[in-house]
Amino acid sequence: MTKTLGFRAGLLSLLLLLLILGVWHLATLSGPAAAPVLNMTPEEIEYAKLLGKDPTGEGGGAAKSGFPGLGEMASVSWQHLAQPFYDNGPNDKGVGIQLGHSLGRVALGFVLAALVAIPLGFVIGMSPLIYRALDPFIQVLKPISPLAWMPLALYTIKDSHISGIFVIFICSIWPMLLNTAFGVASVRREWLNVAKTLEVSPLRKAFEVILPAAAPTILTGMRISMGIAWLVIVAAEMLVGGTGIGYFVWNEWNNLSLPNVIFAILLIGVVGMLLDLMFARLQKAVTYVD
Amino acid sequence: MSTEARSTETRSTEFLKIEGLAKTYPGAAEPVFDSVNFGIARGEFVCIIGHSGCGKTTILNVLAGLESASSGHVFMGQREIAGPSLDRGVVFQGHALMPWLSVRKNIAFAVRSKWPQWSRAQVDEHVEKYVALVGLASAIDKKPSALSGGMKQRVGIARAFAIQPRMLLLDEPFGALDALTRGTIQDELLRICAETHQTVFMITHDVDEAILLADRILLMSNGPQARVAEVVKNTMSRDRQRANLHHDPQYYRIRNHLVDFLMARSKDLSHGRAPAQPLEVSPGLDSEPDAGPSGARPDTGLDGRAKIVPLRHVA
Repeated sequence: MTKTLGFRAGLLSLLLLLLILGVWHLATLSGPAAAPVLNMTPEEIEYAKLLGKDPTGEGGGAAKSGFPGLGEMASVSWQHLAQPFYDNGPNDKGVGIQLGHSLGRVALGFVLAALVAIPLGFVIGMSPLIYRALDPFIQVLKPISPLAWMPLALYTIKDSHISGIFVIFICSIWPMLLNTAFGVASVRREWLNVAKTLEVSPLRKAFEVILPAAAPTILTGMRISMGIAWLVIVAAEMLVGGTGIGYFVWNEWNNLSLPNVIFAILLIGVVGMLLDLMFARLQKAVTYVD
Repeated sequence: MSTEARSTETRSTEFLKIEGLAKTYPGAAEPVFDSVNFGIARGEFVCIIGHSGCGKTTILNVLAGLESASSGHVFMGQREIAGPSLDRGVVFQGHALMPWLSVRKNIAFAVRSKWPQWSRAQVDEHVEKYVALVGLASAIDKKPSALSGGMKQRVGIARAFAIQPRMLLLDEPFGALDALTRGTIQDELLRICAETHQTVFMITHDVDEAILLADRILLMSNGPQARVAEVVKNTMSRDRQRANLHHDPQYYRIRNHLVDFLMARSKDLSHGRAPAQPLEVSPGLDSEPDAGPSGARPDTGLDGRAKIVPLRHVA
């Protein structure tokens, strides 16, 4: 039954994809808008060109409608996928290299955030006093858009690359911190009592009782953080520039190369999905059935 | 005073001694219990019975070192108890196994706490011995979630025994189990205790369980200001078994005495009306069970009635 359900769902997904592609294809077919060149004066042709409508017909229908057709998308995608790692200078790098820069920033910012958030979350979760004391700070800092930190980061750090990492750090820290604190605070009293009656040392208690007990909650926090970090990195790179998939999108927008923009958007989606899948796996590995 | 003399006299022979224990929760006008005095001899199995809210679990937690009393002292082997210790093994009400560890690792966790210097092989051997003791050798590498309630509680018991404590504390360990499973595990517990001469303090709500397992049964009056009002000596022979328990004439005398106390007398003894030093009685040796006193026991005038009224339905 589940197999047939999966099969039917897959079939439906495929149909939806075909439908979307079909609509796309029909919408980007060269319309009748192409005015006959013969009736136009050279000035009118010049004017049309300035408006982005080339009446002489170079570049085909796709260029006329502005939005790339499926064929063009396929060829652009193929170009990118065939040569992801070329490097022809600052403004012309393979999409693989750009993605690598983004992933590197996210990874570094995320790991730094985890190194701060998880131990701090442990302390907050264990001590109601520290929880109460830090709560106002967390409540104020948490809702700040990570990009709002950017000017401050650029001013103090004076390095756009590190500022990008800082923005990732600051946006991934909160879900991890709060989830760790919550997970640690809600470890069952009875497990702690077992540890107590067995005279377990505080360090062993932390690593062998509290950490595994809170691990599913902590992993949930990490998964949320990673999702946010991947959202923020694109915007941050658009601001900071230089390298990265966000910068690539902005650069191609400036080049008015929509096929490249669309390809990058899809790529961001797929990578985000893979990152989430990775954390879902990790989460499953530490989840226990009670 | 005579009670004073008795307590000093018995202290030297008693392994565990509780003196004037009281607990008042913050904001409460009256203590949950006060002037709780009793002792447990080495190798003795003692059950405590009382209605909910009389502070049984609190007393057990104080003995375990998990809670502190408002006043009073607990001595074990002439030393005052302060905080938890590996000397006292606890079997918790909800088995309290760690669900992310297998049975083997759950028990190994306790064993490594007691003997941190042991090698992996030594720990393994010890763990396997105690898992076999509760008859779970085939499930040793399963996670608790794959076990039934009775099996989980067995693992909890194996974990407590594995650290070879000087005293075992059981907080209503079979409360959540069905009657059949409960019976089997009671038999197992009885056998293991007989083999190891373990000193045990156990909370129960089940009168029959207490009669089967305990050498002495502590009866607590109702809270607030509950006390150990009476100590019932189980005068039946120690090799009693579940199967033939109810053929012993002493059984009904003891059972009636316990049920009477819980149904009629325990309420009247709340608010500190129970004696501070409990009276020790042996209703099993009472020669005429249907004589005078039964008139004062309206709820269980007939033996047949007492037979079919388990405490959990009453309470």
